Amino acid sequence: MVLWQSFVELVHELIPWFDGSIATILIILIKAIALVIPLMLVVAYFTYAERKVIGYMQLRIGPNRVGPKGWLQPIADALKLMTKEIIFPTKANIYLFLLAPILAIAPAIAVWAVIPFDEGIYVANLDISLLYVLAIGSIGVYGIILAGWASNSKYPLLGALRSASLLVSYEIVIGFALVTVVMIAGSVNLNDIVMAQKGGVMHWYWIPLFPMMIIFFISALVETNRAPFDVVEGESEIVGGTHVEYSGMTFAVFFLAEYANMILMAVLAVIMFFGGWHSPFEGIPVVESMFAWVPGIVWLLAKTSFFMFLYLWVRATFPRFRYDQIMRLSWKVFLPWTIVWIFVVALMTQLKIGPWF
Amino acid sequence: MTFDQILFYVFSFWFIASSLAMIFSRNAAKAVLFLILSFFSAASIWILLEAEFLAITLILVYVGAVMVLFLFVIKMLNIDKSTLRAKFTGYLPLGLLVAAIIIVEMTLVLGGNQFGLDIVTAPARHAADYSNITVLAMQLYTVYVYPFELAAVLLLIAIIASITLVQRNELNRKKQSISEQVNVQAKDRVRLVSITTPSKEDK
Repeated sequence: MVLWQSFVELVHELIPWFDGSIATILIILIKAIALVIPLMLVVAYFTYAERKVIGYMQLRIGPNRVGPKGWLQPIADALKLMTKEIIFPTKANIYLFLLAPILAIAPAIAVWAVIPFDEGIYVANLDISLLYVLAIGSIGVYGIILAGWASNSKYPLLGALRSASLLVSYEIVIGFALVTVVMIAGSVNLNDIVMAQKGGVMHWYWIPLFPMMIIFFISALVETNRAPFDVVEGESEIVGGTHVEYSGMTFAVFFLAEYANMILMAVLAVIMFFGGWHSPFEGIPVVESMFAWVPGIVWLLAKTSFFMFLYLWVRATFPRFRYDQIMRLSWKVFLPWTIVWIFVVALMTQLKIGPWF
Repeated sequence: MTFDQILFYVFSFWFIASSLAMIFSRNAAKAVLFLILSFFSAASIWILLEAEFLAITLILVYVGAVMVLFLFVIKMLNIDKSTLRAKFTGYLPLGLLVAAIIIVEMTLVLGGNQFGLDIVTAPARHAADYSNITVLAMQLYTVYVYPFELAAVLLLIAIIASITLVQRNELNRKKQSISEQVNVQAKDRVRLVSITTPSKEDK
């Protein structure tokens, strides 16, 4: 941290134009690159993990040809996608057709700006970072809607219609579920929410908000179009949904956006309900000092990996939901539950139950 | 010129340009996208004014939900442009009149004599720990709590009204009972019949 501080000061001294505004932008740019490159690598190896994990769950081996134990498979996939031809449908609207993948990936990466990885490690410390996550996250749907509309093809249009209605309904559920977190933490700043959960496993919010945690995780599956809610792609019904007409790099960009969103939802679940970067051994006498040297970011990434694994586990386990049942789940099951739990949390706050308030 | 001013002019330019493009574009889907861009520019200008809560709410509500529904509707409609243009000249005088009235009204209400630089002073910059959302919430939940709750009730009435409007004639509606579908057992749908195969002696 001291090194980084002196580096920031050095940049400000070297580029003093506009009262240091240019230097500030440059620093933000460096931080963004330092965030996005590892993120893309994680996405690449998450696809490998997905194929391996589901492979073992289905008594197969999964990719094992490229490199030792298939470790180079994602790189080979990336090369293949980059060199493939991009096909434009004849009657497609070319500008919107190319704009759609950009609109899908841009918010998926921009959301990461406010995610705190450790105490003081973030790109931006917004006062309203939770609202920022919800707002920018809700823009990602335009990529899918535009892809469906601009392709000028039947199945993408059906997929886009499904995704638009799904995402709008589940955003409400996610919003309400996170309201309970905000009520306990008393802040919409992600840093403050994590800091409010300091003090061991019992202080994390998954205990008072257990139903909200489950609802958040299931809604996250819907928001990221993952099985068992992947009706937007739904290959058995509508071929490949919005991705039908996309090939090569344009498809790969959609793919990246989807996986970046999945990892984001896993990180959000950890920040909201599982104490973010806090060690699970906090407050336990001997073990706490034994693990005191582990940096917080390791805990955060370990917890996140668990949720990422849950995504794969769920995908390998459950059959796909029918479309109207997903809608019913949102409006008639989850939404009443979240509203009831807001009142429960209000009561708990007033009566000061447990160590959370 | 400070960096803030440069940003302000950039965002203002995009705001005006995308608003004009929204009006003049012939493709309804493109018009919606330009409207989204103009919302974004407006939100950016609000952030420059330290009203970040309003800016994020604009994006969350309008860009994230309302415009999605707009695009949704536009995709379902098959707009026939020739019928739209057929009565263009007939409606033109009325349209121009309405536009002129709106322009006059807006200049009177929002013009320089109401919001000029000599009447409204530039807002003072706040310190780094200034929390826009806290200040807003303090006002909203103490001084303006009754108007706020009234607005909430009004919205609730609007929701109930729109649902009752589309849910007329309850008797003719077809709907599925999902709990029935989920609880269905194999014996409800399949009847296993044991058929005795005739033995060789009967033939």
